[in-house]
Amino acid sequence: MSFLELRDITKRYGTLNAVSDVTLSVEKGEFVSLLGPSGCGKTTTLQMIAGFVDVTAGSIRLDGRDITHAKANSRGLGIVFQSYALFPHMTVYDNVSFGLEMQRVPKSDRKDRVEEALGLVHLSAYAGRYPRELSGGQRQRVALARAIVIRPPVLLLDEPLSNLDAKLREAMQFELRDIQRKVGTTTVMVTHDQAEAFSISDRVVVMEAGRITQIDEPYRIYEHPETEFISRFVGKTNMLPGTVQTVNGGYASVSLAGVPVEVEAPGVALGETLTLCIRPEKLRLAGAGQGRLPGRVSVRYFLGSQWLYHIDGPLGTLMAVTPNDGSAPLDVDMPVGIDWSPSVVRVHRGVMAEAPDPALEAE
Amino acid sequence: MEATGPGARRSTPLILSAPAALLFASLILTPLLLTALLSFNEFEHATGRTHGFTVGHYLAVLTDEYYLEIFLRTFRVAALATAICVIVGVPEAYILSRMRNPWRSVFLLVVLAPLLVSVVVRAFGWSMLLGPEGPINAALVALGIGRVRMLYTEWTVIVALVHVMLPFMIIPVWTSLQKLDPAVEQAALSFGASRATAIVRVVAPQILPGILSGSLIVFGLSASAFAIPGLLGGRRLKMVATVVYDQYLSDLNWPMGATVAVLLLAANLVVMLTYHRVVEGHYRRRLG
Repeated sequence: MSFLELRDITKRYGTLNAVSDVTLSVEKGEFVSLLGPSGCGKTTTLQMIAGFVDVTAGSIRLDGRDITHAKANSRGLGIVFQSYALFPHMTVYDNVSFGLEMQRVPKSDRKDRVEEALGLVHLSAYAGRYPRELSGGQRQRVALARAIVIRPPVLLLDEPLSNLDAKLREAMQFELRDIQRKVGTTTVMVTHDQAEAFSISDRVVVMEAGRITQIDEPYRIYEHPETEFISRFVGKTNMLPGTVQTVNGGYASVSLAGVPVEVEAPGVALGETLTLCIRPEKLRLAGAGQGRLPGRVSVRYFLGSQWLYHIDGPLGTLMAVTPNDGSAPLDVDMPVGIDWSPSVVRVHRGVMAEAPDPALEAE
Repeated sequence: MEATGPGARRSTPLILSAPAALLFASLILTPLLLTALLSFNEFEHATGRTHGFTVGHYLAVLTDEYYLEIFLRTFRVAALATAICVIVGVPEAYILSRMRNPWRSVFLLVVLAPLLVSVVVRAFGWSMLLGPEGPINAALVALGIGRVRMLYTEWTVIVALVHVMLPFMIIPVWTSLQKLDPAVEQAALSFGASRATAIVRVVAPQILPGILSGSLIVFGLSASAFAIPGLLGGRRLKMVATVVYDQYLSDLNWPMGATVAVLLLAANLVVMLTYHRVVEGHYRRRLG
């Protein structure tokens, strides 16, 4: 029996299914992220756990207790809101102390626990300030301290870092994980940012159109996306459509615009259309005339630690990422050879339409 | 381009604000000044001429218990009307802010309705309703309770004032409720607060600036209200504004009327500024 269990929970607004049959088990102490583009139902799912949105069907159990229809103020969960939702008329100290007051914790204990929580988020010196006198990152940490001070069974984070600038967001990601480890609270985070989800979660739940499409460890989701949606939403990917030419046991030879490529693809039939997905960082750029495919650099972007190239070739434009190892980058219009190891190719059956990058739409 | 830059001519702000300043000076400051000057004039009862300089009117008003009672009554009525507007208007604004369209638009119109009816018509409506032969008294008689004199009492004036003043309370409170992040109330609930506690501890303090401005508007308008006390308070239940009217038009003692008017303005300012200082000073640092 898991600590937090969602079983087939569904939320309907009229005829619209915002969330359909979501089933998820979260173990005690685990950090789970709900990842998906906006409108995928991840926030609605979180709000049902919090008790702010009624569940149309299904059940939610917390530590063996059915809380499906329990009132929000009886669940005792710690919530960090996207807007932080600090009480603007109270000092940092009073903000953090509020939850303990509601739990009728004696005043002397309250003081110790508030100070402990503020220490954990490095804000002890700011106890007397009002929220509007704090920076965005400090407010975020007050919201976190306020949520963990009540020692909730489950911590819910609703896009907790989306209002911070890029540098602060990265720093807070690790701090968040660090604090969560120290406190050991079971945590469910909602985010549309895959980097955020991957870097700090034990498991990631990918949602699309109100449904869960994959639950897995971050590394497995990235390397073994189960649907085309995930492979496009999570990171960048090159998609190469081709036809099966020969089948040999679990292997097949696929023709990509006339170039035969061996892939591991059990159970495919002769003449079947497949899509091969290769992550840009797994393409190797070699000298002209070498590798599997010829190409020519059309654009290059400098990303600091990496170079991102667009390579024009017989299969259209491919993206390739190489680490910036200090050597001179390839020049635009330079002919190159494209190579990869057979094991990095993911095979999807059927043709995938080149859709616009969903990560962009999610913003 | 230069005119919009930092090097714009110094006189630009002055020129731009001149029309409003001129309007303000000619339509508000000048009559006020003339009234203030008039209040220091002597008045000859026999001829009705005004001339010279005296502070006698002020001494007369400030030492006469008759005037003192009227001032006290005026501020009591205004304070009670304000208090009732807060008690009724704040929850009403909260409920309105939680409503969805089309109901919200409908009820907002209901709230604003008293402002759409002329004050005279509204006052006569109240006197018909509350009069000795009105439907309320008829109902009381039918129930065997007997007639109750409601017209020409302080409470009738207060009720009628509340009726028309409510929108001035509801609109500012509603505006500050609109600015409230709904997640803040949810946050209070998530920490185990009951709905009532969430409203008292978290919502109410944040809409205090709205309640403050609403109270100031309602108090100011109620303390200087003329038509409602005049029509529903009758001849005996005088308020300051009706005394001013009487002095000007019945006694023709313009300097005395001007004195009472100036004192009303001064007293109103003192009450409102004190209230503003006490309440807002308390919250300035927190809410900015």
